[in-house]
Amino acid sequence: MRQQAAIAAKVFIQRDYTNGTVCQFQTKFPSELETRIDKQQFEETVRTLNNLYAEAEKLGSQSYIEGCMACLTAYTIFLCMETHYEKVLKKIAKYIQEQNEKIYAPRGLLLTDPIERGLRVIEVTIFEDRSLTR
Amino acid sequence: MKTCEYQQIDPLALSTPTLPPYDGREKREKPRRPRRKWEVFPGKNRFYCDGRIIVARQSGVLPLTLGLILATSGLFFIFDCPFLVKHLTSCIPVIGGALFVFVVITLLQTSFSDPGILPRATPDEAADIEKQIDNTGNSSYRPPPRTKEVVINQQVVKLKYCFTCKMFRPPRTSHCSLCDNCVERFDHHCPWVGNCVGKRNYRFFYTFIVSLSILTAFIFGCVTTHLALSTCFCPCSDRNCRHSSDINIQNLLVICFFSVWSILGLSGFHTYLVASNLTTNEDIKGSWSGKSGEEVTNPYSHKNILINCCTMLCGPMPPSLIDRRGFLPMDESVQTAGTDIELPTVAPKSEINAVGGSPQLAFVLRNLPFLCLYSPKPT
Repeated sequence: MRQQAAIAAKVFIQRDYTNGTVCQFQTKFPSELETRIDKQQFEETVRTLNNLYAEAEKLGSQSYIEGCMACLTAYTIFLCMETHYEKVLKKIAKYIQEQNEKIYAPRGLLLTDPIERGLRVIEVTIFEDRSLTR
Repeated sequence: MKTCEYQQIDPLALSTPTLPPYDGREKREKPRRPRRKWEVFPGKNRFYCDGRIIVARQSGVLPLTLGLILATSGLFFIFDCPFLVKHLTSCIPVIGGALFVFVVITLLQTSFSDPGILPRATPDEAADIEKQIDNTGNSSYRPPPRTKEVVINQQVVKLKYCFTCKMFRPPRTSHCSLCDNCVERFDHHCPWVGNCVGKRNYRFFYTFIVSLSILTAFIFGCVTTHLALSTCFCPCSDRNCRHSSDINIQNLLVICFFSVWSILGLSGFHTYLVASNLTTNEDIKGSWSGKSGEEVTNPYSHKNILINCCTMLCGPMPPSLIDRRGFLPMDESVQTAGTDIELPTVAPKSEINAVGGSPQLAFVLRNLPFLCLYSPKPT
C-alpha cells in the first residue's frame, strides 16, 4: 500500500476581484513555496488557470446563442446538455491533474481543483520535506 | 535525487474520489452505502430525488403559487377557451397552453435549482483566514473588525466576514438567514418560489415573472373579450341570462385584474434591475445610490443596457459549487459531519433584505403594489 506523506502546511491563493466577480486568482507568489518551486513556474500555472476561467466566463456571441437557446426551451436544455462552462471545468481538472503529476507532486506539492473549494481559493498542499527529516 | 523523494505522493490523493473503495475492514465498521454530500449539507435546505432537487426548508408557499397558476389557467381553459374557439380562433388555447407550460417549467426550475450557494470553508481554509485576520490586527486581542477592502473596477468595496461560513463573503454574496447559506449574487429569498434567487437561478426567475405577466395579461385580455362578445352574441335579449353574468368569468376577471398589475410591476422592476446590473438586495440597501455624497457607481455594471441584459440573461451558466450528488470521501465524512453541530454563536446580522427603516419605507411606498410578491421574511 502506498504510504501517504504527512501534510506540512497549506497555502491558499485567494481570488482577485479587481475586474469584478469574474473568476480570477491572485498571481502573487506565496513566500511559503519559495523553497519548493520557482516563482515563474508557479505564476505560469496560475495564469493559465486564470485564462481558462476567463474562457469559461467569456461573454461573446457563442455564450449569447447558448443562453438564448436555453431561454427558448425554458432552460430545460440545461438538464440534458453540457454547458460551455462545464466543458472548460473539465479541461481545468485535466490541466491541474497534469500539472500535479509533472511539476507539483515531484516537489512535494499538490494543487486542489478550485471547484472543490467553491471557486474561492486554489489550495496548495505542502507535504513534509522527507529529504530533511531523514 | 530530491525529486524521487516525493514520487509516492498520489496526485489524486486530495481530489474527491468518485467512489470510496471498500475493503473488508471498513465494511464491518460502515456497512452502509457511501453517503452523498447533500446528506451532510450544513445549510437549511431540503433535498429530493437523491439530491437532484434543492428547495428551502419552508417552501410552503410554493404549492400555493402553483395552485393559483393552475386554478386561474384551469378556469380559463374550461370556461373561456371553448367560447373563444367557437367565435374567434383556435389559436387561443394553443398560445395559452404554450405560455402556461413555459410558466410552470420556469417556476419549477427556479424553485428546484441551486441558487448559487457557496460551500462553507474547510477547517484548513478557515484557519488560514483566521491567521490573516490576526496578522493584520493589533497584538491585543479584540473582536476583529472582520472586514476586508478590495478594489473592484477602481472602486473600494468592503467584504464582510461570514461567521457561519467562515470566510470573507465574495462581492455581491450575501448570507440568507432562512436557508443559512451564503448565496452568490444574492437577489432575495423568494417565499413564493420557495428558494433563494441568486446567481444561478436569477435568469429562471426573470423568465418566470416575465412569462407569467404575459400569461396573466393574455388571460385578462381573453376574458374581457369573452365578456364583451358574450353580451353581443347572446341569443336572448334578457340581460340576466347566464351568458352575460357567468360567475366564473367575472371571478377570473377580478383575479386577473389584480395579478396583472402586481406581476407587471414586479417584472418592470426586475427589468430595470437587469438593465442596470443590480440585485434587489443592492437596490434596497442603496449600495450604489451614492447617498453619502461620494461618487459611487455600480462597479459591476457594463455601462451599457444591452450588455447588462445579455450578461444576466444569456451569459454563461455558472456551475453549481455544491457538489450535491458527489460522494463523501470516507475520512472527510467525520469532518463535514462536525459542522452539523449547532454552535451557540451570536446570530449573524441578517443580510436579508428585510423591509424596515426609512430608506426602505420610501421603497415600500414606491413599490407597494408588488412588494407583497417578494417580501422575504415573515417577521
